[in-house]
Parts: sequence; C-alpha cells; structure tokens
Amino acid sequence: MSASIKGKLINTRTLSDFHGGIHPNEMKSLSNLTPITKAAIPPKLILPLQQHIGKASQVIVEVGQHVLKGEKLADADGMISVALHAPTSGVIDSILDHPIAHPSGQTDRCIILIPDGKDEWCELEACEHYEHLSVSKIQHKVREAGVAGMGGAGFPTEVKLHPPHHDKVATLILNAVECEPYITADDRLMRERASEVVQGMEIMAYALQPGECLIGIEDNKPEAIAALREAVKDTRIEICVIPTKYPSGGEKQLIKILTDKEVPSGKIPADIGVMCQNVGTAAAIYRAIRFGEPLISRITTLTGEGIQQRGNVEVLLGTQIDWLLSQYGYQAEKTQRLIMGGPMMGFTLKHTDTPIVKTTNCILAPSANDLPLPPPAQACIRCGLCAEACPATLLPQQLYWFSRAQEYDKAEHHNLFDCIECGACSYVCPSSIPLVQYYRHAKGEIKQLKQDQQKSDQARERFEARQFRLEREQAEKDAKRKARAEAAAKAQAAKKAAEAAQPADVNQKTDSESPIAEPVDTKKAAIQAALERSQAKKSVQAIEIEVPDLDALKTAWDKTRSKLEKMHDALDNAKENNPEQVEKLTRAVEKNQMRVNQAKQAWEKASASQSLETQPSIVPEAEKAPAPDIDALKTTFEKSLAKLEKMQDALNNAQPEQVEKLTRAVDKNKVRVQSAEQALKDAKQSIQDGEL
Amino acid sequence: MSVIVTAILALLGLAAIFGALLGFAAIRFKVEGNPIVDEIDGLLPQTQCGQCGHPGCRPYAESIADGGDINKCPPGGEATIQALAELLDVEATPLDSEHGEEIPKQVAVIREPECIGCTKCIQACPIDAILGSAKHMHTVIASECTGCDLCVEPCPVDCIDMVPVDQGLGAWHWSSPKDPKIIATDKIGSTVEGASLS
Repeated sequence: MSASIKGKLINTRTLSDFHGGIHPNEMKSLSNLTPITKAAIPPKLILPLQQHIGKASQVIVEVGQHVLKGEKLADADGMISVALHAPTSGVIDSILDHPIAHPSGQTDRCIILIPDGKDEWCELEACEHYEHLSVSKIQHKVREAGVAGMGGAGFPTEVKLHPPHHDKVATLILNAVECEPYITADDRLMRERASEVVQGMEIMAYALQPGECLIGIEDNKPEAIAALREAVKDTRIEICVIPTKYPSGGEKQLIKILTDKEVPSGKIPADIGVMCQNVGTAAAIYRAIRFGEPLISRITTLTGEGIQQRGNVEVLLGTQIDWLLSQYGYQAEKTQRLIMGGPMMGFTLKHTDTPIVKTTNCILAPSANDLPLPPPAQACIRCGLCAEACPATLLPQQLYWFSRAQEYDKAEHHNLFDCIECGACSYVCPSSIPLVQYYRHAKGEIKQLKQDQQKSDQARERFEARQFRLEREQAEKDAKRKARAEAAAKAQAAKKAAEAAQPADVNQKTDSESPIAEPVDTKKAAIQAALERSQAKKSVQAIEIEVPDLDALKTAWDKTRSKLEKMHDALDNAKENNPEQVEKLTRAVEKNQMRVNQAKQAWEKASASQSLETQPSIVPEAEKAPAPDIDALKTTFEKSLAKLEKMQDALNNAQPEQVEKLTRAVDKNKVRVQSAEQALKDAKQSIQDGEL
Repeated sequence: MSVIVTAILALLGLAAIFGALLGFAAIRFKVEGNPIVDEIDGLLPQTQCGQCGHPGCRPYAESIADGGDINKCPPGGEATIQALAELLDVEATPLDSEHGEEIPKQVAVIREPECIGCTKCIQACPIDAILGSAKHMHTVIASECTGCDLCVEPCPVDCIDMVPVDQGLGAWHWSSPKDPKIIATDKIGSTVEGASLS
C-alpha cells in the first residue's frame, strides 16, 4: 500500500486500541480482485430450518407444493427466530434430516427444494421511502424477510433493531472490518454495492435513532473505503478507518477501538448503548425494505489454492457446497480439507454436500502448502505469548490448565466465557497447543453440566413435591379413617347407653336371632326412646310420688329379673351363633344378676318396713305430710335429671372399647338403683315422720 | 495470694462471658439438618432410581455423609463420583458395577396404542413425569423423565421402552483435543518414518 493512499485513509476520530491481537498473513488478494459473480441455480436446494441463532423456523409448506422465488417456506418461531424463503421457484421435494454445515457434521431438519429453472418471483412489497414506514413496520419486515446477522453468528437482525428498554442507542456501528484472513465477501460487497450498504445503515439508524453512526473498516481495503466515502456523502455516517489487526472485527474489540468503551463481562453491547451490525446485514435490510426481497442469497468467498476461479459469488442459500465448488474449478486432489469460514475461526467440513446458509461467508479450500495442518502439540513452556496476544485480556495459559484438568469452576472464575474463540492464542503458541479447542470443549462441558444440574434440580423439586403430596394424601386418609372410626364408636356408645337405660325394652326388641348385634339405624331411635322414657319417668315420679314405692320396686325387680332371663336366653343363643359375643354377654349377664339381686334386696327391705306400718293409706300420708314428700319428690327429680345428663355425657364421650362402655352403662344403672333405694328410704322416712 | 485470686476470677469471668457467647451462638445460629447431606444431594443426578440400594437420592446422600461408598450411582457415572470425591476429599473409585453400568441418557416412552390405562407406571414414577388416568392412555413427559427405569417393571403389558435421548445439535459441543503425547525432540512424522523403517 502506497503512502499516498494511506494518507487519505487517516481520519479525524481518535481511535483507541485493544489489548493483544495478531497479524496473520491476510491472503485477501487471492479472492478480492474479481467482481462478484452470480452462481447458477443448482439442481437441488437444501434449506436448513435453523440457519440462525435461536429457535428453528416452523415449516408452513407441504411436500409437493410448488413455490415461487421469495415465497415464505417457514415462519419465525418465537422472539429470537427468523423466517425462511424459497431461493428460487420450484417444488418442495421433501422435508428431512440432512447433514448441515456444522463442526459436528450432524444432520438437521431441512427443506429440499427442486428448482423448476423459471426463477419466477412471487409478488414483492416494495417501498421507495422507508421514512414512510413506522419503526415497528420496519422491524416486522426485517423479521419476515428472514434477515439474520451475516457476519457469521446469524443472530436475528430484527431483535437488534429494537432499541434497549432503558436507554437509547448512543452509537450504531457498522462492522466492515472483515479482519479474518482470506475472506473478502464484505470487501467486494462494499466496493460494488456501497450505496446499498449505506442505505441499509440509514434504515437501521431510522429504527434505532442512535447518537452517532460509525462504519469501522480496516485500512487494508482502500477501494472499499473510497466507495463508502462516496456513498456516505450528505449523510451523517462517519467512516472510521482502523489499523489492520486481527481480531479488530470482533464486536467487543471494534467497540473498544471506536468508542473506547468496554463491554462488561457477561453483558452485550446494547447494555452500554452500542449496537453493532455487519455490512452484509445492512445490504440485506436495504433489499428487504426497498424491494421487499427476503434473504435468499448471500455473497460467499471461494478461495484457497484448491479452487481455480477464486473470487466472490452471490449464491442462493441452500446450494450444496460440492456442487458450487464444481462450478468454480475445484481441485479436490490439491485440497487438504474444506473449511467453512476463515482459517482462524472457521471449522473443517465433514461433509461436502452440506448447503450454503445465511452465515456462510467463506469456503476455504487450502492446499497443504497454503494452510498446513498444525504440528503435534507439545508441552506448554509457559512463555506467556498467548496472554500477550489475547484480545479479551484473559490468561489463556491458566484457562488451558484448568480446562485440561477439568477444573471448570476455576476456568469460569478466570472468565472463560469472555473468550471470543478468535484463535489468536493458538496462532502464537510456539508449542502448537490447540488452546481454543480446549476452551470450546470446556465451555461446552460447563454448559452441559449446568443443564444437567438444572434438570436434576427440577427432578428433585418434582420428587419432593410428590413426596409431599403422598404424605398429605396419607394424612387425609388417616384423618378420614379416624373420623369414621370415631363416628362408629360414638354410635356404638349411644346404642349401648340406650340399651343400658332401657335394658328390658331393648331386649324385647332384639330378642330375635342375634340380640346384641343391633342394627345401626335403630340406634338413634333407641336413644330417642330412652330419652323420652327418662323424661316420662321423671314426670311419673313427680306425679305419682304418693304411690307406694313398694310396688315400683317390685316392678323394677320383676323387670330386671325378666331381663336377666332374656339375657340368659341371648347368651345361650350367642354361644351357638356368635362365639365372639359370648364373653361380652356373659359379663353383661353377671352385671344383670347383680342388679336383680340389688332390686330384690331393695324390695325385701321395703316390704319389711312396710309390713311394720300396717296399712298406712297413701293419700292421707300425702295429706298429712306434704312437705317432706315434696322434698323427696324434688330429690328424685334432681337425681333423675343428673342421671339424664350423665347419660347424655356418656353418649357424647363414648369410647370404642365395648367393655369400658358396658361397665360405665352398668355403673349408671347402679346409680339409678341406688337412687331408687334412696327414694324409697326417703319415702319411708316421710311416712314415719308423718306418723309421728 | 490476692493476685492468684484476681487471676482466677478474671479467667472465670472471661470463661463465663465466652461460654455465654458460644451458648448464644449455638442457639442463634443453629443449623438444621446436616448441611453436607444437602451438598451431596445437590451433586447426585436426582433420578431417584434406587440403583444404589437406597430409596432415592437423599437417602444415598445421607449414607455417603455417614461414610458410605461414593461409587454406587450409575446414572451419575464417573462425573458424579469425581464431584463427590472432590467435595468429600476422598479417593475417586471406579463405579461399582454391582449397582449397574453407566449408560447414555435415556427416557421412558410408552407405546401408546398398547397402554391399557392401569396407572401402575404413574404410581411408580418418582417424579410424576407420567400423565394419564385410569382406563385412559398414559404418556411420559419426556422433558421431565430422568430415565430411572422404575416404570418399566410394573407395566403389566410391557409397553414401556427405555430409549436413548436424541441429544441433537443443541447438546453437541466440541470434544476435548487429545493430550500431547510427544516430547520436544520428536520431529513431525518421525514416528511414521520410524515405523516404516522398522
């Protein structure tokens, strides 16, 4: 480059510099001397659904369908995604998994289009003045046109046309650096279509409203600089010529050079108010807005000694690389390997039948002379050249040790993820250690581990939720069972209490086949009956206090005796039919026996005392001594009241154990008998008092 | 004499103060449960498959915390053993084959036309990753399935398959370069020449 040209390139802007960087052989003149040619329509187009970063597009065509050039084949799916269009008119042959241009050589879903050769456009929505469109309309059109970053990353451009939420874009940078050796696609594009690039940038500036618009370009492209200078006349776009150094074209490095700002670790340029776009993308935006043309082709550099007609071609997306190379004098025998991208950041293609995609800026077919295979790696001699070369100011040597030893935490602490994988460290390494490959591997491993961790955390959460649910269900079940058991026990207690209160009555009812196993639904009725009887008895006692107690006692004795007999019958019955009830019944019978004895004693006592008194008329007795009689009456009344209450308590607090229940019921009965005895004594006393 | 008494009193006073402080700290900053168990549990793959002989990952973590072996988890494989060895500062031992082999990640897939809707697999799934109800077809939520294989056995019609997960392009990452095997005095191709000479 002559000094006069160089003098013209110097601009007024103060440029900064980034740390490190290298100066590899540029090798650009291999391909940048001839104009862009148009590649022919291939016999078959293979269109991967994922040519961009983000979610794969969603197919909207069917196999066998005829499509026109520019017709949408797949829709953008989600925020970070773009559409895909037919590069030429033809028929959708199939939708299948096909090897794609990827370092893994794996397959991915692709639409196979067989061109019909007519190259017939569909209807396009052109727009002469982008200023008439709203910003959101422009964003939508860019998304629908399938424009994704053409510098190599393939990030959906539409996303980068939205200004950041919190503040506006201070600087819009168009990246025209193209610092990687061999690649000249952007160089030729700027030379031949500078106005498209500039107008594309103006559309971006319209959407983003930045404080300043800069085009960063290396000083090894004087013709492109001249063309751009011509094109930016009467615009506010400033062209910044920067010294040639690899990797100035790295987004963060370019921002550092042009604005002296550094993108913080883990952040994106938008966070510091800078937006960076590639020149190819700018041209694609221009065509999408001005002519409504979707992104269906791109400029790709074909270079390396293995290709005879080296240069830049405008090639339809989906063109298979082997077919394309065959059109340009590819000599497989001279080529040692095929590289997609440049020699620094590209990758070796495992299959040559993979298609050109939106991010394919170069196909490099170097001879063994051109780009020899790296010699075997040797031990690290800790020379530190890698740290000097690193444009991200990392410590490549440390990262190397940590990555090799799989000490990923430490690698992360040394900011492994700030590595831009530019390959400068590997380039300068005197031991030929494939440093970048170690970093790539470590990055992948860390991502994988994080994903696994996330998955296992999710699994743990689900497992714990399930455990909690099972426990809760069990507790609910237990509670229900307990409630049921309690209800049953209560009912049982009530039944027993009722039985105890009116034993004869109940026995009469149940002296059929199984006297003890009384049906549950009669229990309530029994309780009600018992309560009523108890009430009735009270009133009877209240009214018939004058009636000789002897008679009542006799009746009670008779009743208990007859009950006992019946119980004996039941016991005999149970012995035959219900063995498990026998024990209970036996006990009940014993209790009844006792009661009968008590009643008998009471009656005997009473009759003995009565006989001494020789026919004391009841009515006169009552007339003679009304006061004591009323007292007795009251006592009896109160006692029976107390009994009633107790019985009710018993009904409420009954325990499931049968024996306990029975005992209590019998106790109650005892109290009743005693109270009857007491009443008798009182009555006797009152009679005697009356006599006195 | 008084010096000794003063010294003893001072020491006693200090002892009382620090004792109280420690006692307070022991109550105020009491750690519930064993934190090492949580850490170990965090490293385990949470498949809850029981291949280690414990009913779930947490019981296994507890057994490791009590000094049990760290090489009983086939789903975690070598990576988990390495991580555990590092955490516990013990020697990493190879996976105990008694508990199974390390196999690529897999998920359960129900052959849906054959499913009779018995809900047995739903009850077996430790993380509720199977969807369905009685007499209706069941299906596995593939994104949640840990591939623990516990649903396969209870299925009365054997309609559950364990299939390797298709990792796809998203999960692909660069492999590690091979470690340098040559020394500085070796020349390129010398080994090949040497081989041809011999």
